Amino acid sequence: MGRVVVDVMPKPEILDPQGKAVAAALSRLGFDHVTGVRQGKRFELEVPGEVTDEVLAEARKAAETLLSNPVIEDVVRVAVADEAP
Amino acid sequence: MTDTVAHAAGTPDVEQPYDELGLTEDEYGRIREILGRRPTSAELAMYSVMWSEHCSYKSSKVHLRQFGEKTTDEMREKLLVGIGENAGVVDIGDGWAVTFKVESHNHPSYVEPYQGAATGVGGIVRDILAMGARPVAVMDQLRFGAIDHPDTARVVHGVVAGVGGYGNCLGLPNIGGEVVFDPVYQGNPLVNALSVGALRHEDLHVSAASGEGNLVILFGARTGGDGIGGVSVLASETFDETGPSKRPSVQVGDPFAEKVLIECCLELYASGIVVGIQDLGGAGLSCATSEMASNGGTGMRVRLDTVPLRDSSLAPEEILMSESQERMMAVIRPEDAETFFAITGKWDVEATVVGEVTGDDRLVITWHDEVVVDVPPRTVAHEGPVYNRPFARPAELDVLQADAAEDLPRPATGDELRATLLRLAASANLSSRSWVTDQYDRYVLGNTAQAMPDDAGVVRIDETTGRGVALSTDCNGRFVRLDPYHGAQLALAEAYRNVATAGATPLAVTDCLNFGSPEDPGVMWQFDEAVRGLADGCQTLGVPVTGGNVSFYNQTGESPIHPTPVVGVLGVMDDVTRRTPSGWKDAGQALYLLGVTREELSGSEWAWVEHAHLGGTPPRVDLEAERVLGQILVNASRDGLVDAAHDLSDGGLAQALVESCLRYDVGARVWLDEVTGRDGVDAFVALFSESAARVLVAVPRSEEVRFTDMCTARRFPHAKVGVTDDSGSLEVQGQFEIGLEELRAAWEPTLARTFGE
Amino acid sequence: MRVGVVTFPGSLDDRDAARAVRHAGGEPVALWHGDADLHGVDAVVLPGGFSYGDYLRCGAIARFAPVMGPLVDAARGGLPVLGICNGFQVLCEAHLLPGALVRNDSRLFVCRDQRLRVENAGTAWTAEFGDGEEIVVPLKNGEGGYVADDRTLDELEGEGRVVVRYVGDNPNGSYRDIAGISNERGNVVGLMPHPEHATEPVFGPGTDGLRFFTSVLRGVLTA
Repeated sequence: MGRVVVDVMPKPEILDPQGKAVAAALSRLGFDHVTGVRQGKRFELEVPGEVTDEVLAEARKAAETLLSNPVIEDVVRVAVADEAP
Repeated sequence: MTDTVAHAAGTPDVEQPYDELGLTEDEYGRIREILGRRPTSAELAMYSVMWSEHCSYKSSKVHLRQFGEKTTDEMREKLLVGIGENAGVVDIGDGWAVTFKVESHNHPSYVEPYQGAATGVGGIVRDILAMGARPVAVMDQLRFGAIDHPDTARVVHGVVAGVGGYGNCLGLPNIGGEVVFDPVYQGNPLVNALSVGALRHEDLHVSAASGEGNLVILFGARTGGDGIGGVSVLASETFDETGPSKRPSVQVGDPFAEKVLIECCLELYASGIVVGIQDLGGAGLSCATSEMASNGGTGMRVRLDTVPLRDSSLAPEEILMSESQERMMAVIRPEDAETFFAITGKWDVEATVVGEVTGDDRLVITWHDEVVVDVPPRTVAHEGPVYNRPFARPAELDVLQADAAEDLPRPATGDELRATLLRLAASANLSSRSWVTDQYDRYVLGNTAQAMPDDAGVVRIDETTGRGVALSTDCNGRFVRLDPYHGAQLALAEAYRNVATAGATPLAVTDCLNFGSPEDPGVMWQFDEAVRGLADGCQTLGVPVTGGNVSFYNQTGESPIHPTPVVGVLGVMDDVTRRTPSGWKDAGQALYLLGVTREELSGSEWAWVEHAHLGGTPPRVDLEAERVLGQILVNASRDGLVDAAHDLSDGGLAQALVESCLRYDVGARVWLDEVTGRDGVDAFVALFSESAARVLVAVPRSEEVRFTDMCTARRFPHAKVGVTDDSGSLEVQGQFEIGLEELRAAWEPTLARTFGE
Repeated sequence: MRVGVVTFPGSLDDRDAARAVRHAGGEPVALWHGDADLHGVDAVVLPGGFSYGDYLRCGAIARFAPVMGPLVDAARGGLPVLGICNGFQVLCEAHLLPGALVRNDSRLFVCRDQRLRVENAGTAWTAEFGDGEEIVVPLKNGEGGYVADDRTLDELEGEGRVVVRYVGDNPNGSYRDIAGISNERGNVVGLMPHPEHATEPVFGPGTDGLRFFTSVLRGVLTA
């Protein structure tokens, strides 16, 4: 069994009030070195076999069709889950 | 190794952690007696949860009996279901009935404010659903610590977002409630939630498992580790001074799952196949199975391993104690199974046959074919311990009552009165609540005739005739602290008055009794007094208590909260479009003050805001006057004699004037001479006293004579106190004038400024 | 005149939309999300609510419901479709309307009687209004901020496809104060505010909302 990770982030030009609120809260807590926050979503897709290039391509299609709204979001990563960042 | 019944019977001397689970040695001993052996772990878990204070009402039962005992036959006439079921059911005419109840979810809301509040709403809505009704509205009663305390914002944001988030997603309009700030609730915020539902008489369902061989079905969300031990551990333990040091898993709610569950249940009810229905709330499966079997006078056999799980690592005890949300239990005849599953399938609601009804008066639960529970259901659900906790009037109450607010320095000049009014209007408890209430959907379902900030929430039940109900929930904790017996009656009087003010005839009562630790004789005395006061008051007013909730242990260390018995009154209206709003819309109307004003400042908002003072005795209770006042208001509404009516409570006449003027931005010119002369009080007292049984009404000139004649015929004191006008200001003649813009600038922004961005 | 009202799991204002259609003189027809059939209705309303709990994104899952297949086709063919609140979100996700709805900039749910200006009285759903007419309709949402890129916004403005605009304080951060838009043809309209809650005196802030529904019935009659 394999896992594919998909990361979705709001487009840079889209207002992100949640990210803004998180940044303000971090600042209030003393995390001064954080100058900005954008909040996105991470999906973990389970697949029956190994994660091949085909599987990744399918996952990217799924990401663009359902997991993200291309009007306001970008799919920034589609990768095998086991690959450590 | 599973602790089966057979194993328990053979190992009587095993040490069991009954103490950790909240059971006393005596209670543990009783369980052994009932079973004739030691309990299995699963049975121990069941008894510990079901015999906890929250589930068994062991400290309150002996007192709560009064509600039933003091209900006369006349009061009982309109009741289809009284205390004991999931919620009370009242006949409102034309074949319609409503069911309503208020409940608490206090401790979880301090630990996890959003989920605590959300699941509080979810729980009470399921109770209403389990009566066979469509839930039609919710209300919330929130009490937080001091408005400027650093921890208060954390709780406020979470709780309000939770109430709104869950209620809005369910599609239930929020039609009113309370938001109160007082340091006494700092470590013990109170989150009470009320729901009301509508049904035709014949749609009433009960929580009883009957019919040997009938199927027991668990449906809704899967069972996980939510709130394991929540009930017995959280609600029966006061927090220590450093805060919530233990964080047991709090219940997490999914309002979408509940919305789907509601639609699914209503379709199941309509199909006529549901024999018995119960929602899973506190104590989850332990409660549902034992209560249904006990109510039905039957037995039940349950295969615990068939319960669909979210977490496959859960042990039998954990499954039995789990408080996972959005679950219901139904009993149906075997031949109706296909219909049942077709409906749950349509709504994508998971449903599983977990057992059947038996005829042997035992609740038997198996785990992979081994018996882990074999108990008489009544002993679990309805024959829990009953305590006669010692209670004694606290000695310091005499000192407190002697310290009357009437002796405090008071404003005298017009300027001082003006400044006082503005400070009070801007204060934590009198200022606008809209920062909170704008986060709640009031419109969904399209039947809301009136909602906050009016005195009562009013919803239409019958779309063809306009028949509907009005609800108000009230409690002044300071009054109850000063005198629990009369303070509880004042809460009842206020809710009763608010319902009548909207034009509805009060019919029934629900209550949420929030108190400190029952192990404190002083608190227990407060409880005894408050329940007595409420029961006596209900009898005098002729409105029965149909159900409610008790929340004990609202206490941090030695300091309990103010005794806070929230009282909800429900009334009926033939046609809700005739309801009376709380603010006047037109200039040129006559303003009348109904009722008598006395020098009653103890426990008042003025004493608290201006002097941080709490002492003396609360305003006098006159239930006969409240009854007559109610009749006047209902008749006036029905006959179109008044355009607006606003009850006087916190902040007295001054606050009523502020709210009524700002409601639709129509000012008034007020004179106090008639009141001061007739009642022998000065302008300050006339404006800020909190005497009960008083209402401010706006009467169209054309109806003035008819209206005053009606009051005179009933010998009810009334005084003309002014006229509404388009001056754009509130003027109290001879004292002060305040422009409505200045008034709004004081009254409106407090909560938004404190809790907004 | 039969107006379909779709119910998705989690739809809340479907009953209210049906009531509004009735008050307007039409016949509401309940359409089930799982049924790929419009049953010959003359117009469709996608109501407000929290379809699928707003999981993933508001309307993101509902847009793939079986009923949406025939609906998208019919809309492209000229069938009048009104998406209210969550319905507007579904229309954007289904690409029947441009742009998207995001979380209110205040991050709070807001319920209030909202002043609006009808800027295009030429759509299927606004024919009974006057151009520039100001009305009051309840607004209640947590994810009501309309966003789109500048090119799209300019296009909407230029083509007169901003149907309704917020008047007074912007309640949710919508770009250009946009409260409702239409497609090019004017048969598909998305609205954030809830006209179905302003159709009966007493139970709303007035009856300004009724004309959204009478408009489409008039259009159907003359079609």
